[in-house]
Amino acid sequence: MKTLGFAMLLGAALLPGALYATSADHVRVSHAWLRILPGELPAGGYATLQNTGKQPAALTGAHSSTYADVMLHLSSVAGGTSRMRMAAAISIPAQGEAQLAPGGYHLMLSRPVHPVTPGDQVPLTLTFADGSTLDTTFIARPANAADAGPDRPALPTTHGAGHNHD
Amino acid sequence: MVLLGALALGGCQRATPLPLRLTNITGHMPDLDFALTDDTGKAVTGADYRGKVVLLYFGYTHCPDVCPLTLAQLHVTMQRLGALADGARILFVSVDPTRDTPAILKTYVNAFDQRAVGLTGPPRAVEALSKRYRSAFTREPDAGDGSYAVSHSSAIYVFDRAGRARVLATPSATQDDLVHDLHLLLNTQADS
Repeated sequence: MKTLGFAMLLGAALLPGALYATSADHVRVSHAWLRILPGELPAGGYATLQNTGKQPAALTGAHSSTYADVMLHLSSVAGGTSRMRMAAAISIPAQGEAQLAPGGYHLMLSRPVHPVTPGDQVPLTLTFADGSTLDTTFIARPANAADAGPDRPALPTTHGAGHNHD
Repeated sequence: MVLLGALALGGCQRATPLPLRLTNITGHMPDLDFALTDDTGKAVTGADYRGKVVLLYFGYTHCPDVCPLTLAQLHVTMQRLGALADGARILFVSVDPTRDTPAILKTYVNAFDQRAVGLTGPPRAVEALSKRYRSAFTREPDAGDGSYAVSHSSAIYVFDRAGRARVLATPSATQDDLVHDLHLLLNTQADS
């Protein structure tokens, strides 16, 4: 809430220039983490994207110097079957947020260029529909992690099963 | 008199179903049976897991989201069971046997829980097991760079120590209910 209040104040101060503000100017990334699987298996990327702007934003892509390939994905369950497909964009409503969370929208990061171990800070650049980009960092977490970690509060997941922390 | 009492007690036990909370499939799905290869490369069948409560789940290692989520949740479930969990095994059956070798499966499942075993085998053997529990899996079209996803059953099938199918945990099931049912099954001997 503190961040939101600050961002709104900042927004008000910059109001004359608001016409030229990009999605990247308005999107705040928090609870960003990667689930690291053994070997060179792809990692899942999760975060909360908060849009402090008055216009909706859309995440359309991401890239990282650590992974050769980063894709937007959506997991879904229908008729007892789990599916994963590519997503063209993930919308972030004006003055709202989008969750990249296990079992729903997420990033799939493939072909690491060097081994990534839990605790590593992985740089990631997000691209929005208006072409603006935002540099951010995701923390690498172990395979059986439930969320971003002890210092980063748990994300709600789309799954009904509750989480007890290690 | 003692004999009659024992018989009556036995009959009573048989007639009283366990108060399971998850979707009860007792008598509606066949016993655990398959012929696959475990993550050490050894040929195994369903009979090798008699005496253990089995949690059967279909997935694949190139699945970065739902499979790790499910396995991470099962790891927490096992932790909540404490020492009882030693009587249970998570069988992670690969629906992507082309990419999932026993060695890859072993490092994958061990990253989640020590009581998890990865199973793979010829595609026909995996299909047979999947069909036996009325589920299916489909290899999705190539993403263009040689990578592909596999759609698969989202359920966890739970078998008792005698290999009988007992409950189905769907993604909407709560962890509390799964822990509850596993407690009941782990506290029940194979011959009851």
